[in-house]
Amino acid sequence: MEEPIISVKHLMKIYKMGDVEVHALRGINLEVNKGEFTAIMGASGSGKSTFMNIIGCLDTPTSGEYLLDGVAVANLDRDELAKLRNVKLGFVFQAFNLLPRTTALENVELPLLYSNNHSASQRRDRAMAALEAVGLAERAGHYSNQLSGGQQQRVAIARSLVNDPVVILADEPTGNLDTRTSVEVIEIFQKLNDKGITVVLVTHEPDIAQFAGRNIVFRDGKVSKLIEVENRKIAAEELPKIPLPMDEIEP
Amino acid sequence: MNILNVLRVSYRSLARNKLRSFLTMLGIIIGVAAVIAMLAIGQGASDAVKQQIAGLGTNVVIVFPFASSQGVVRFQAGATSRLTESDADAIRAQCPAVKYVTPVVRVVAQIIAGTQNWQTQVMGVYPDFEQIRNWPVQAGSYFTDSDERTAQKVCVLGQTVANNLFGTGSIPLGATVQIRDLPFKVIGVLSSKGQSSMGQDNDDIVIAPFSTVQQKLSGTIYANMLFASAISSEAVNTAVDEITQFLRIKHNLRPWQQNDFTVRTQTEIASTADATTKTMTLLLASVAAISLIVGGIGIMNIMLVSVTERTREIGIRMAVGARGGDVLTQFLIEAVSLSLAGGIIGVVLGVFTSRFVSDIQHWPVVISPQSIGLAFAFAAIIGIFFGWYPARKAANLNPIEALRYE
Repeated sequence: MEEPIISVKHLMKIYKMGDVEVHALRGINLEVNKGEFTAIMGASGSGKSTFMNIIGCLDTPTSGEYLLDGVAVANLDRDELAKLRNVKLGFVFQAFNLLPRTTALENVELPLLYSNNHSASQRRDRAMAALEAVGLAERAGHYSNQLSGGQQQRVAIARSLVNDPVVILADEPTGNLDTRTSVEVIEIFQKLNDKGITVVLVTHEPDIAQFAGRNIVFRDGKVSKLIEVENRKIAAEELPKIPLPMDEIEP
Repeated sequence: MNILNVLRVSYRSLARNKLRSFLTMLGIIIGVAAVIAMLAIGQGASDAVKQQIAGLGTNVVIVFPFASSQGVVRFQAGATSRLTESDADAIRAQCPAVKYVTPVVRVVAQIIAGTQNWQTQVMGVYPDFEQIRNWPVQAGSYFTDSDERTAQKVCVLGQTVANNLFGTGSIPLGATVQIRDLPFKVIGVLSSKGQSSMGQDNDDIVIAPFSTVQQKLSGTIYANMLFASAISSEAVNTAVDEITQFLRIKHNLRPWQQNDFTVRTQTEIASTADATTKTMTLLLASVAAISLIVGGIGIMNIMLVSVTERTREIGIRMAVGARGGDVLTQFLIEAVSLSLAGGIIGVVLGVFTSRFVSDIQHWPVVISPQSIGLAFAFAAIIGIFFGWYPARKAANLNPIEALRYE
C-alpha cells in the first residue's frame, strides 16, 4: 500500500487566551494519499483553518502526530518548519498574497530564492514553466497590481507549484473571486491534479467542494463526515455553462 | 538564501521608497560629516598650536612677572612683581644651566617710512633673542651687544612690517623708519614665521635693542617678561630651579611667601595648549557623535515602521520557506546599507565641509584617514546596532499572524 502524503493521528490544538483554553482541534485522525483532490469543509470556528495551518507547517499541534511525506513534523523548530514549507509545500491563499510592486515572474521565483540550490537562470526557467502551466506566461513581466483577481490567483498557484511540492494547500482560494473566475481557478487545480499533484483545498462553498474527489467536513474541532464525492464536477465542462459577464471578458 | 539574493532583495525594497530611504540616511550623513569636519578642524588647530609653540625656540624658559596669589589676596599680573634688566643679567651670570637670557619689553607704536605708516609691536630684547627664539634674519643682521649697551636706534623688521612699509618682497636695509618720531635705522629683516593658529601674524613685529626701547619708547625700567634658554633639553628643569631659587633670593622672598613670578617651560606651555585643543576637539566630536546616534535612532524608527508596514510581505516570505535568519539578514542588510550609504555620502560631505571652512575662515584643517575610518566604522556599527532590534522583530513574527495582518 502506498504511503499517505499527509497522515495525522490524535491531533490536538489548544489556544490559551488569557485564562480560557480554546480547544481548536480535539483529536483529528486523517490521511491524504498521493494524487488525491481533497476539500476540507466546515463552518467558521470548526477548526479547519487551524488544521490547515498545522498541515501547512505554519503552526505546530499541542499534541498528536503529523507525518508529512514521511517526516514527523510535530516537534520541529521554526527553521526546520520553514525548510519543509519551502521544499514540500505550496500555498494558495484567499487574499492571493503576492508581493506588491513585484512582477509575476519574480513572485513565482520567490520560493526558489529561499531554497539556495538554483542559479538565476534555472529559477527563471522554472518560474516561466510554472506560469505556462497556469496559462499566464505572457503576463510574466506584469506587476502584481496590474493583474486581475483571477490572474493574481493563477500567479499564486504558479508560485505554489514552482518548487515541485508534494502537496498544494489552498485556503479558500476562490473566496475573493466571482463564480466564473472561481471555476477557472478550480479548473487549474483539476488540471494539476490530473498530472498527479496532490491538492488539499479549504472551502466553505459546497459548490466548489463538488469539484474535489473527497470532502472532509469539520465540526467543533473534529472530523464529522468523510464524503466520497459522487458525480464529481469537472471545471472544464462547467465553464461553458456559466455566462460571460459582458464587462469582464479577458483576452 | 545566498547573500547576493539578500542584497538584491534589500536594495529593491530600499529603492521602492527612495525619498524615505534618503531622509533616513540624512541623519547618518550629517552625523558622519560633522564628526569628520570637527575632527579635521580640531586636529588642524592642535597641529597649528604645536607648530607655533615649537616656533618659540628650543629649551625655552619664560619668566612672567606674575604673582598667582599672596595668601588669600590675589593680584593682577605685574601688580606686585617687577622683573628688570638686572634680573636678566644676574640670571645669565649666576645660573650655570642657563645659556641665553633676555629681558623683553613691548610697546605698540605707529611706524612711518616715507609716505607709508603701520601700527605694530616693537619688542626690545638682547641679541640673545635670535638664539632663544631660533629666529634668524633673512637679510642683514641682528644688532650687537654693543648696540644694546649704547642704546643705538637700530631695528630689525618683521616681514609683514617690511612689506607694508616698503612694498612686498623689499629688503630695506639701511633705510630709516620713524618709531614714535624717533628715527631708527633698519639693519635687518627677519625670516618669516607665518601666521599663528590664533590668527596672529608672527611677522608683524619690530625687534630693537632692549635699552633703546626701554629708555626711548616705553619709559619704564621694568621688563614684561624674560626669555631664557637652557644649555640643553635635559637642563631645562635645572634651569627652572636655578632661576626660581635665584629670583626668590633676589626678590627677598621669605620661605613662607609664594613666588611673585612664574617660570614656565616650552613643554609646559605646549602641553597646556595641547590639552586645551584636545578638549575642544573632544567636545566638538562628542556633539557630532551624538548627532550620529540620533541618526541611528532615525534608522531604527524607519526600520520599525517598515517592519510593521511589510508584515504581510514577511508572512508571505515565511510561508514560501524563508527562515527567521533570512528575514533577519534582509532587514539587517537594509539598515546597514542605509547607514553605510549615509556614511559614504557623509565622508564626502565632511571632507568638503572641512575644505570649505578652511577656505572661508582660514582655519587650518587636517583630515586624517583615521577620522574617516572612525566615522565610517561608527556608522556601520550604528547600522547594525539600531537595525538589530527591528530585524529581530521581523524575524520573530509568527507567519500565521503576519499573513493575516491587514
